[in-house]
Amino acid sequence: MIVRISGEDQFRLPDADAERLNELDNRAVAAAEAGDEAGFRELWLHMIELVERDGERLPDDELVHSDVILPPRDISFAEAVGEFTGEGVIPD
Amino acid sequence: MAGLGGRFSTVIKAKISRMLDRAEDPAETLEYGYQQQVELLQNVKKGIADVTTSKKRIQMQSQKLEQQVVKLDTQARQALSQGREDLARTALERKTAVQTELQSLDQQVQELERQQAQLTENEQKLRQKIDAFRTKKEVIKAQYSAADAQVRISEAATGVGEQMADLGLAIQRAEEKTEAMRARASAVEELEAAGTFDDVTQIGPGQDDIDRQLHELTAGSQVDSELERMKAELGTGAGGGDSPSLDPGGKDADADAPALEPGRPGEGGR
Repeated sequence: MIVRISGEDQFRLPDADAERLNELDNRAVAAAEAGDEAGFRELWLHMIELVERDGERLPDDELVHSDVILPPRDISFAEAVGEFTGEGVIPD
Repeated sequence: MAGLGGRFSTVIKAKISRMLDRAEDPAETLEYGYQQQVELLQNVKKGIADVTTSKKRIQMQSQKLEQQVVKLDTQARQALSQGREDLARTALERKTAVQTELQSLDQQVQELERQQAQLTENEQKLRQKIDAFRTKKEVIKAQYSAADAQVRISEAATGVGEQMADLGLAIQRAEEKTEAMRARASAVEELEAAGTFDDVTQIGPGQDDIDRQLHELTAGSQVDSELERMKAELGTGAGGGDSPSLDPGGKDADADAPALEPGRPGEGGR
């Protein structure tokens, strides 16, 4: 599984991580929707850590698309909330 | 993934497919897209430089402003002891505006500068990917039949396209932040230029707009609590009248401090 952290790099993760990542992801979404900023922050940090710990950074000359693209590391809570309720982190 | 990543991935994928859909030659499209991104990035860098300049200008004034802060604090006390709470509030609002704006500008500019460094790094990364793509395309063409080659080239192009779309999003994000910062910096400069942080006794008619802006900047709470604190400190001297002794220092003043030294903020003032 290839995961990109937006604004940074792509990582190759074991497929087994997909479930864990997905679970964290769903909980982060729920926290954002509930307005729970602290909860969101913590989950978000876990996700980034998981990708960095288990993932192998891809070299720049590897040309593959990502299965998952995570928002930028420094996403603000307002941006995260906007992801689900408004026009998205970055309106097109 | 149904959540965070899912939505974000979708945005980027949509951008890539739109870009590559139009492409007759993916290599040329990527090259052109890269040039566009570089130009946009130049704009962002220029924007950040502008904001940094504003910040420096404000910082140069900040020593003056720091003195102003002390003065405004003194004036607030004087105003309160004369029963002019309105004037005291205005003085405190101005003081708070100076302090909070300087602090938040500092933080935000630092963040922008970090973002700029990251964008530059990403631009180089994209450049490398495009170079790799150009090489790979030739290799693929030599190795595979025309139909197979097309599929493989298009896959590789998608990989590069993703990097490009991602840089595009990061640039856009930095641009929005820069814009917001620029607005803030110029708001502070305008206030400064209008003499807002000058002597509170110069408050006259026609400053409604400034006061409204100040009010928005300071948003009350800090000013309210400071006003309350000041009142409590001055309370015995200003309101009661039953006690002949002035005790402006309040609970925080050193015992040996001179009784009247209104220029010193009792606590926490900078």
